[in-house]
Amino acid sequence: MTAPFFKFGYFNDEVSLIVAFVIGIFFGFVLERGGFGSGRMLAAQFYFTDMRVFKVMFTAIVTAMFGLFYLTWIGYLDLSLVYMSDTYLVPQVVGGLILGVGFVIGGYCPGTSGVAIATGRIDAILYALGGFFGIFVFGELFPWIEEFFVSTHMGNINIPTLLGIDYGIVLLLVLLMAIAGFTGAEWAEKIMANKKKED
Amino acid sequence: MNMIKSWFSHHDHDNARVGELTPKHYTNPYLIGLLLGLVLLSAFVIMGRGLGASSPLSTVVAVGVQKISPSSVEGNAFYEGYLGDGTENPFKNWLVFEILGLVVGGFISGAIAGRNKIMVEKGPRITNNKRLMYAFIGGSLMGFGAKLARGCTSGQGLTGGSLLSVGGWAFMLAVFAGAYAFAYFIRRQWT
Repeated sequence: MTAPFFKFGYFNDEVSLIVAFVIGIFFGFVLERGGFGSGRMLAAQFYFTDMRVFKVMFTAIVTAMFGLFYLTWIGYLDLSLVYMSDTYLVPQVVGGLILGVGFVIGGYCPGTSGVAIATGRIDAILYALGGFFGIFVFGELFPWIEEFFVSTHMGNINIPTLLGIDYGIVLLLVLLMAIAGFTGAEWAEKIMANKKKED
Repeated sequence: MNMIKSWFSHHDHDNARVGELTPKHYTNPYLIGLLLGLVLLSAFVIMGRGLGASSPLSTVVAVGVQKISPSSVEGNAFYEGYLGDGTENPFKNWLVFEILGLVVGGFISGAIAGRNKIMVEKGPRITNNKRLMYAFIGGSLMGFGAKLARGCTSGQGLTGGSLLSVGGWAFMLAVFAGAYAFAYFIRRQWT
């Protein structure tokens, strides 16, 4: 096994920061190419007029998921050395709901707001300032919400372990779900486009 | 260069509906998803970790609060997590450098496509000031939510999602649920 390279000591911390910067460049480039520098484009997802947030996210997840599986299977990558954060179910669901509402009100999520600022969107600057404020509020309230924050800790758990199903089977199920989702997304876009024509 | 340009913009039919939004057409979302997945995979293979976006914002807040009121960060596990033990600069951090790269990459892509423009993103039925106010409110909710969830659409959604993390998937479904549930109430801003 040779990967993850960093975990096998192929380069040090200083180099890892350069790696971070380069990976970040590709990350930002691809997001902008996809239209994720535009708040209107991102928000269109939630009105079914342009489903690209869903399409991009799930294609990316399926790609990386199968890539990880393949590289592990051929013995190139040690998946146990890839960092995955622990699950704290209830705070994560509540946080997700709040972030989702913030997404549709603000028009961005943290990463896409960085791209939007880079391409000159003033609203994204306000969004990021709001982000600082929200984190500040969280930090100041932390002593009171810490108990909730660490509740429902399920450990370092993935879906195959939770359900007791083979990793490969879960992969196939996610793929099938994604394909069904993509079909639904194309269908929704067509309906919304026709509706717009009638108006 | 021209070849790359044409490769990135040959799915015109896909973008026709949003023509008024885009000086030049965006790339097909499935191709973008594939490329984004490969960027994510390369982070896994090279670093043994995925992508993230909300934690650098927290570093800025933690350092700011410490500068203004050093006593208030003491004993607060949340701030201390981002400040470290004081032996290293908190900004010498993997995700901070990744986000700096993200901004550069976004700018380069926008420059090539002619999409870099000082403007406010909004629908036709709302004033600029209102939109900016909503952007701030949305950002605040995002900041709070991302901290509670231990990550955002990048860290929990993409990264956790592709690692089949239980929390990552629960988070992602909650994000879509929250956004769809609230979309109706804020529709005047976008449509």
